[in-house]
Amino acid sequence: MSQLLRFDQVSCVRGDRLLFRALDLCLSRGDALWLRGPNGTGKSSLIRMAAGLLRPFRGTVSRHERCALIDEAAALDAELPLRAALNIWGRIDGIDGTATIAAMEAMALSALSDVPVAMLSTGQRKRAAMARVIASGAPIWLLDEPANGLDSASIALLVAAIHAHRQGGGAILLASHVDLGADDVRQLHLGDQP
Amino acid sequence: MIMIPSMTLFWRDLRRAWGSGAMWLPIVFFMLVATAFPFGVGPDGQLLSRTGGGMLWVAALLASLMPIDRLIRPDKESGVLDQLAVRGFADESIAAIKIAAHAISFGLPLLIALLPASVLLAQDGARLGLVALGLSIAIPALASLAVMSAALTAHMKSNSALGGLLLLPLAIPLLIFGAGMLDPAGRGAIKLLMATSLLLTVIGPFAAGAALRALRE
Repeated sequence: MSQLLRFDQVSCVRGDRLLFRALDLCLSRGDALWLRGPNGTGKSSLIRMAAGLLRPFRGTVSRHERCALIDEAAALDAELPLRAALNIWGRIDGIDGTATIAAMEAMALSALSDVPVAMLSTGQRKRAAMARVIASGAPIWLLDEPANGLDSASIALLVAAIHAHRQGGGAILLASHVDLGADDVRQLHLGDQP
Repeated sequence: MIMIPSMTLFWRDLRRAWGSGAMWLPIVFFMLVATAFPFGVGPDGQLLSRTGGGMLWVAALLASLMPIDRLIRPDKESGVLDQLAVRGFADESIAAIKIAAHAISFGLPLLIALLPASVLLAQDGARLGLVALGLSIAIPALASLAVMSAALTAHMKSNSALGGLLLLPLAIPLLIFGAGMLDPAGRGAIKLLMATSLLLTVIGPFAAGAALRALRE
């Protein structure tokens, strides 16, 4: 199945506010969709719905493949060295250690592998979370503000990773305030609806 | 296949309990109560030996309240629970794994601390044996209740006090039947303790799982 993720007439209500309604979207292999819009228009909620963490108020979300999520929480044990913290997720995802090492190289984290997660900076932690996404091998990437706290060199690594993932037949749903400059990306503006 | 992720989580919980040193807090508390009690009732050995067994149960119960704020909330805040849910882990399995890990990281040190505590409270070998047997039966239920109240209160900033209020009433039957085993007339108490413990242990993963699901909304 080339369709990996599909929203049919999805509405989202948080608290007692309607964030968006009757939203349709579809992600196929190689696709990338960039969610844009002001704060509080439901970008993160949409991503959490795609991840299955939030139930839509109306409509259906269907996902046909595994997904990997990055959001504001890094979900890495602060007391562990970076590689050990990533390896826990590697074991849970059922991948071998080489995939984790390769992903750490892709995000330029190899030099930090013995540093405890607690000592990492915001940007380094974000890169570590990104390395987990890369290592997971999941076809769908759900990236909620992956560029937060990243310097320009790290953003270039992120864009390269996104590009490689799409080349390999993966799909990406991205919410970001900054233009990552990746080419051939569809855009969806939230908050424009009446 | 499902075993490796579950075991990884189980060992992670054990390592975190052991490594942070937080595991010893309930045990220190348990020993403190056992140390303070003889000062409170005076040096009457007979009185101490008659009441000490029940006091060990009360101390164990109160000690089981202490870890509540570190069982679920850190994993919620660091995003670990969300990441597990994304990977298709059932909330009930997460709760069951946490209960198992907590039963070991809380229960084993408690049983070891029981030895010196029972000396302080003038318990002879037979009574020590009964308390140890009773606590071994009750520990899975206490762990189950602790994870349950931790999950129910994980969205609050300082949740251990409320968690205690939730846990204590449910743990009272354990206390009654557990301490009842020490009474020579209480022959049936152990069976009732087993039944109560089984019930609470089985309910725990489902109640905690539902609470974890509600946390995401």
